[in-house]
Amino acid sequence: MAQETKVAEKVRMLDIYIMGKRYQVPEGLTIMTALEYCGYRLIRGCGCRAAFCGACGTVYNFKNDPTLRYALACQKLVEQDMYLTQIPFFPASKPDYDLEKMESTGEQILKIYPELVTCFGCNNCTKSCPQDLEVMEFMSAAIRGDIKEVAIKSFDCLMCGLCAARCPQGLVPYNIALLSRRLYGRYMAPRSKQIGERIAEIKAGKFDAEIEELQKMGIEQLKRRFDGRKIIND
Amino acid sequence: MPYPAYMEESIRKVEATRERRLKEELPRIPVGERMPVLKEFHPDFIEAGMRELLVGPNRGDRTPNELADLLEGNSRIDPDKIELSQIDYDVDVLVIGAGGAGASAALIAQENGANVLIVTKLRLGDANTVGAQGGTQAADRPDDSPVLHYLDTVGGARFTNDPKLVEVLVKDAPDAIRWLESLGVNWDKNPDGSMFEVGLAGECVPRCHCCKDYTGLEAMRVVRDEVRCRNINYVEFAPAIELIMDDKGQVAGAVLVNLETNELSLVRAKAVVMATGGIGRLHTQGFPTTNHYGATADGLVLAYRVGCPLVDIDTMQYHPTCAAYPLAILGLLVTEKVRGLGGQLVNINGEQFANPLEPRDVLAASIIRECRQGKGITTPTGEVGVWLDSPRIDVIHGEGTVVRNFPAMVRQFDRFDIDMTKEPMLVYPGLHYQNGGIKFSPNGATPVLGLFAAGECEGGVHGKNRLGGNSTLDLWVFGRRAGRTAAQYAKEVKLGKLTLDHVRQWQRELKEAGLAEVRPISPKLLPDYARQPYDYLADYVTQRLQPGQIKLA
Repeated sequence: MAQETKVAEKVRMLDIYIMGKRYQVPEGLTIMTALEYCGYRLIRGCGCRAAFCGACGTVYNFKNDPTLRYALACQKLVEQDMYLTQIPFFPASKPDYDLEKMESTGEQILKIYPELVTCFGCNNCTKSCPQDLEVMEFMSAAIRGDIKEVAIKSFDCLMCGLCAARCPQGLVPYNIALLSRRLYGRYMAPRSKQIGERIAEIKAGKFDAEIEELQKMGIEQLKRRFDGRKIIND
Repeated sequence: MPYPAYMEESIRKVEATRERRLKEELPRIPVGERMPVLKEFHPDFIEAGMRELLVGPNRGDRTPNELADLLEGNSRIDPDKIELSQIDYDVDVLVIGAGGAGASAALIAQENGANVLIVTKLRLGDANTVGAQGGTQAADRPDDSPVLHYLDTVGGARFTNDPKLVEVLVKDAPDAIRWLESLGVNWDKNPDGSMFEVGLAGECVPRCHCCKDYTGLEAMRVVRDEVRCRNINYVEFAPAIELIMDDKGQVAGAVLVNLETNELSLVRAKAVVMATGGIGRLHTQGFPTTNHYGATADGLVLAYRVGCPLVDIDTMQYHPTCAAYPLAILGLLVTEKVRGLGGQLVNINGEQFANPLEPRDVLAASIIRECRQGKGITTPTGEVGVWLDSPRIDVIHGEGTVVRNFPAMVRQFDRFDIDMTKEPMLVYPGLHYQNGGIKFSPNGATPVLGLFAAGECEGGVHGKNRLGGNSTLDLWVFGRRAGRTAAQYAKEVKLGKLTLDHVRQWQRELKEAGLAEVRPISPKLLPDYARQPYDYLADYVTQRLQPGQIKLA
């Protein structure tokens, strides 16, 4: 307890600016919890609160440093003199396509996203990625038609949209990457033979009798069967 | 925010025992001997945290106080002020909720000829689905079988599941994996194309299919894209706040509210699929949660009010390993896959105290016990936890294994200057999953005509304790089933005259039970974390509301 008191005394209040208005918040809050501390009840710009959903992409800079920085509001701790805003939505093109009618050729991406060729390599997309992905590199791979490279390099994308918000050409790297990953997963990744075989076995009723036996078993017998099962670790 | 010096001291002890622990495997507790630790330490068994419901189909059943408040809550609408002849959307199938279950139900309902509308409280795909890291179970290895998957699932739940639901779960599993693959999901694979599978807690064979530690996100972003590509209509930031019925006692639509403008709109639907997900943001017993911002049990409340019984609502799943440090990510999920690949749980002295692959209820209770007995580590802000020895993974499987399998988690801890490849993570149980929910059958139908359910909001599949990897599986298995059944039902049903009499009846029951004045308004819709001084505008705003409109919170 003595330790807690010591810490409590140390809590420092920071000045932050939410859309230009000054607030004071205790050190150690994320941008998201700082907004809530200041009295905002979030509807937009808040989702999983754990860096998976991409709802809280945010832009900030500092009182005396105009350089824009990018983060997920649920992950980034507030700092003294931060200027904050939320980008809860940014318009982005999303054409419809039918994956089943597509081919996994390199030209496929350009066919759906012809505007891709207007990328002039400014690298703003990479700089804006809160996941630190090499966005411009996978955009170059997309232009080259290297679907696999796009799929691998973009895999950790949360689709927060900050790259699209900062692209001077109005490109939507996260949607282009999504199409590439879907093409890779559907057509290019090696197929699992076992899955198909198991589905056929299930359809043929191979396991029905044994499952029915378990369902009819008394609880003590079921317990013994459970505790006695062989554990395979790898 | 690296660890303070006194925590580093304990980490030195974890390092000192690591080599010895490489070969040390504590036995798993036999299924018949789990109750003592559960009864003493699991939150489900804390009497003060639960109470009996006083009204509705589950009257007399026990459930956490936080859920009981909402199930016994007052409607957000005044039925007399709603003009049911003015329909805004007229569809075959209405899907409420747009996570994995809702999105897959919508896709399959549309494939079966239904005109589908999805409504969701936040954005399309904003759901617990995206936070699922570990993976999805399916018994496809040659040395595995759906029978073993069945046995693991019922044993993990101490034989409290609905056997028919489990049978469907395990038999549909491989097909669910292949369905997602055909939509373009990038499952982790071995070079020969076979699936890379990890053994999670309670599994006797490794059968968890993963996409690094972004499994749920990868599936969700693909399924969401497919919903968009197929032009399925969806309305975001528009939660359902009450179901509409017809004069034949069938569910026939829903009342929606625009979260930003408070405007109401009405949907008439021949069938309704409830897929609203979980409950974590109710923070039962004060636990932090791994859950999405929208996980407030709305679907349970709505189904309850049309007379649909709920099952197993006396149990919640507390995930054993959620971040206890640093404070900024308190409650963040630390996937079971960390333990699946060799991460052990150790106390302040670097000693193991439980097999890391015990079922979640047992392991959560064991961690709470260890901390209560003073063998946990207390953080500078007073949180307590035990170590999850992640560096052990690279020692076993070779350097680079952690980075390759856990990009999300490495990044999350790295943001706070903690390198999980080199130092352990401090963890403690957090509220993770609603084991039970809406009563339903293997084809997705609930006991109330016209109402179907899928995903976390339904119950019975997992009994009183779910195994890791079975929740995402539940989404795809029962989402697709509910979509198919709802579409078929919609072709045959004839709707009668729309009514909200069930809401009037509900409010009468509340009043008779003396609850109307003391219970909150529900569904809750969103948690309220705003630190708010007195809201001077509230009264003014209330007075300006149009008839039939409500103010949030």
